[in-house]
Amino acid sequence: MAANGNITVQGYINHHLSDMTVGEGFWAINLGALGWSIILGSLFVISFAMVGRKATTGVPGKFQCFVEMIVEFVSGSVRETFHVKDRLIAPVALTIFMWIFLMNLMKLVPVDWFPTLAGMVGLLVNSSALPEYAQGYSYLEQVMAHPWSYLKIAPTTDLNITMGLALGVFVLIIGYSIRYKGVGGFAKELSLTPFNHWALIPFNLVLELVTLVAKPVSLGLRLFGNLYAGEVIFILIAMVGLAQLPLHFAWAVFHIMVILLQAFIFMMLTIVYLSMAAEDH
Amino acid sequence: MDINATLIGQSIAMVVFVWFTMKFVWPPLNNAIEERQKKIADGLAASERAEKDLEKAHEQVAAELNKAKAEAAEIIEQARKRANKIVDDETQRGHEEREKIIASGHAEIVAERNRAREELRKQVAILAVAGAEKIIQREVDAAKQSDIVDKLVAEL
Repeated sequence: MAANGNITVQGYINHHLSDMTVGEGFWAINLGALGWSIILGSLFVISFAMVGRKATTGVPGKFQCFVEMIVEFVSGSVRETFHVKDRLIAPVALTIFMWIFLMNLMKLVPVDWFPTLAGMVGLLVNSSALPEYAQGYSYLEQVMAHPWSYLKIAPTTDLNITMGLALGVFVLIIGYSIRYKGVGGFAKELSLTPFNHWALIPFNLVLELVTLVAKPVSLGLRLFGNLYAGEVIFILIAMVGLAQLPLHFAWAVFHIMVILLQAFIFMMLTIVYLSMAAEDH
Repeated sequence: MDINATLIGQSIAMVVFVWFTMKFVWPPLNNAIEERQKKIADGLAASERAEKDLEKAHEQVAAELNKAKAEAAEIIEQARKRANKIVDDETQRGHEEREKIIASGHAEIVAERNRAREELRKQVAILAVAGAEKIIQREVDAAKQSDIVDKLVAEL
């Protein structure tokens, strides 16, 4: 949407980068990001579970083929990297891959579609929520001023979402470390590597804790950074009038790679981190 | 953009989705895939086995055929030998028969000839005696001279 009238360029960008929230301060919840994240996650688990329930060992249908291809791919990645027999790792990898892929995929939807739609619905259903300053605005400007139009549909452009995923992986890393090495083994690894001497325990501890914490932080920030940057460029492209059509197309095509690659990297690194946690080294 | 409770919400959602995937998504799909892989492997093994069996059967057929051919050749050879032997035997017997018939013919001819000669001799003797009788009737008694006639007959 071109920025004109009462909407400034800065306001437009801010509008698209902010999400509708409920609650205050830390206890606020980003409804758009978390809502879409849950919708997409449910879409994944429900469609895959339905395929799984009807799965035939004979000649599979097309969708079953597609689903099995993904399962095989994830299963192969897990088997290559994670050498301990484990029931949890493959489902974790599959969930992470498909979920992040779907969340990333939402970025290919043009940035104005869902906010505008949500704003229009908001004006129809709940016009009293329109802020007072926007009373004299044109229709489209009113739509964009309506609180419902602050709807973020690409959850992975929200740091909370990516860090939430990374936090889950972090918990898994600690869980796997304790499960496969025991509390003592884990503590020993934290305090006696890389220098196996009692006097260097504090130094080791600092080093190892930084290493440990860096894993989830880098996971979450990598995903967020890539996707957020891409989103900003999508928003900038959306402001250049008709020329946005070819530009958006080109950037979207390029972004397909980022979408797949980031989902794959997140999954692969999760497997690697968990295998590091599970194996003695 | 602030870190807020969304992070916790997302983590909880992740736990739920991972649990659901582990419970309801992964096992059936993985089982289906593994079962199909097993099926395919079994099918391939079976086809390989069938191929081997076919090859073996082919070999067996060839061996049987060769054996039958050899047997047939042997039978033919035997039959030929036997036929030759029969022909030889019959020829031999024919020869012998011929010889025998010829020999008996000869003997008959000789006997006939002897008899005829004997007959002739008697006739000639009688004729001679009759001739001599006629001649001698005038001057000699036949009885007195019979020993001379007998001697004459024996010389004939």
